[in-house]
Amino acid sequence: MNDKEAGLAYWRANINLVKISLVIWALCSFGFAILLRPMLSGIAVGGTDLGFWFAQQGSILVFLALIFIYAVRMNTLDRKFGVHED
Amino acid sequence: MDQQTLNFIFVGATFAIYIGIAFWARAGSTGEFYAAGRGVHPVTNGMATAADWMSAASFISMAGLIAFVGYDNSSFLMGWTGGYVLLAMLLAPYLRKFGKYTVPEFVGDRFYSTSARMVAVVCLIVASLTYVIGQMTGVGVTFARFLEVESDTGLYIGAIVVFFYAVLGGMKGITYTQVAQYVVLITAYTIPAIFISLELTGDFLPQMGLFGTHEASGTPLLARLDQVLAEIGFASYTGHHTNTLNMTLFTLSLMIGTAGLPHVIVRFFTVPKVADARWSAGWALVFIALLYTVAPAVGAMARLNIVDTIYPNGIQADTSLRYDEKPSWMTNWEVTGLLKFEDKNGDGMIQYYNDKNEAMAAAATERGWAGNELVTFNRDILVLANPEIANLPGWVIAIVAAGGLAAALSTAAGLLLAISSAISHDLIKGALNPSISEKGELLAARIAMAIAIGVATWLGLNPPGFAAQTVALAFGIAAASIFPVLMMGIFSTRINNSGAIAGMLSGLIFTVVYIFIYKGWFFIPDTNWLPDNADNWVFGISPLSIGSIGAGINFLVAYFVSRATADVPEEIRELVESIRIPRGAGEAVDH
Repeated sequence: MNDKEAGLAYWRANINLVKISLVIWALCSFGFAILLRPMLSGIAVGGTDLGFWFAQQGSILVFLALIFIYAVRMNTLDRKFGVHED
Repeated sequence: MDQQTLNFIFVGATFAIYIGIAFWARAGSTGEFYAAGRGVHPVTNGMATAADWMSAASFISMAGLIAFVGYDNSSFLMGWTGGYVLLAMLLAPYLRKFGKYTVPEFVGDRFYSTSARMVAVVCLIVASLTYVIGQMTGVGVTFARFLEVESDTGLYIGAIVVFFYAVLGGMKGITYTQVAQYVVLITAYTIPAIFISLELTGDFLPQMGLFGTHEASGTPLLARLDQVLAEIGFASYTGHHTNTLNMTLFTLSLMIGTAGLPHVIVRFFTVPKVADARWSAGWALVFIALLYTVAPAVGAMARLNIVDTIYPNGIQADTSLRYDEKPSWMTNWEVTGLLKFEDKNGDGMIQYYNDKNEAMAAAATERGWAGNELVTFNRDILVLANPEIANLPGWVIAIVAAGGLAAALSTAAGLLLAISSAISHDLIKGALNPSISEKGELLAARIAMAIAIGVATWLGLNPPGFAAQTVALAFGIAAASIFPVLMMGIFSTRINNSGAIAGMLSGLIFTVVYIFIYKGWFFIPDTNWLPDNADNWVFGISPLSIGSIGAGINFLVAYFVSRATADVPEEIRELVESIRIPRGAGEAVDH
């Protein structure tokens, strides 16, 4: 694989990772916390339901996990495709 | 020692630290002035980004915004944090790899067009300048409340402190002051919240307390809150009472608006490597989440606390809180006019309920109540009065005063840097005088910073009547013009100069016109075409939520215009391919 092909393959792998991450991002915030909240109303969490928890706490925790997992995975991809810095 | 003296000592000490940092972190080159020499550790940058991002509104107002509305205002929590996921994955690493100094510079190079760069400069300046007004007034108000100086005097003192570290140190000075400011503001926010959580729920962490058990009643805190609010006729705290489409679009607008705000984006130019930019976004969100997960707990607990304070024997009891026996924090804040009582039925007791609710009003009349007697409760009080509500010692009150100022000053400095570098780097170096020397540009940057501080101070002294509305404008512009153009510049090789300009302008004009139709043209009162309420909004979409639709229009217009016009030149394709790959970011350090 030459540099150009490696670069393209790296970019495709990155796009895949971003797509998966953003699906989870949207599912937890717009999904569980807003649009799908009525479906989750049966699941009780601390005096309210799961949707409320996602809206005021859960989604923020998921966002945090997403960014750190992305950063770790990308460091691996950087090395795998030989496009890392220094 | 009286409270006044304590407040002066704490605020004075923090200001001395900021000025000390200013002398220590002077900028010697444009690279240091614009990007802190790209030597900032990702964790340090994360902390600085958190202070940069969390404004007077986050610190003072957000808990109140959630307390008095409940679930429906969760948009602020998700919107103002979810944007960091977009920053980490869609913008920050690639713009860091690009390795220049400003957001308009990327737009100009990627779309090979000085016009595109100038459109971006205008968007940046309008968004940042409207945003900075709120910070400057926040400084004045905090001074006035805690230090009993005129709010104008407070504003001058704040401006002089910012002048020191921003003019001397540029991004370098601002970065390290923001780190100090973050420490001050998070301490100030967390201490009272922990004590209130311990008192109400027995949980040390407010984040646990929010979903924990209310000790006095033995029921879960949120269930208890819903129950007491129902008893006094208010809508439930955890329930959904607004338009779902609007809530979704509002959250999305805040997310992409956050990711598109230039003063936040440029913070990621200060780290040494592309990988650091990704880490740094994560750390920024860690430090932001420390406040954003506490805020809803503060909101819910404060709301419950108010009801319990006014009805010490329960809502159904014959007696409520006597006006002359009310706690001292209520008396203290009554003086400011932000809290007002009116004994409408003359019984010497305070009744707090929703007199707009017909069933509740009828039941209240039977009990001899003549209307809600807690007539004003400014939402900003919640955070500022928190230490007094929790009976904490005077130094905690003093640190909250210092924290409010830290939140406002750190955001103001970041915005002012974005404005001044757009003027010296994009306008002067990029267009008017490209042959300017490094020394000349650094001087121009310092002069631009001094002028920007002057303008911001003037706007803070003479806030336009629309100051409160401008946040909608700043987020609308960032969401509809800046975020889409940056994202397309990185993720598409097909979008060309004409597409980018047409996209930015159509997104911008659509969004601004929609806001003006409801808020008044250029925010001039009484020039709005339609009343600003849900019945008149198209599909129930409020002017605050329109940025995401504007962004969609930007993407579509850019795509179709690019298809109809000339292809992107080969060297620009190569530029895009190079920014997608981390290798080589180090070389861009000293371009």
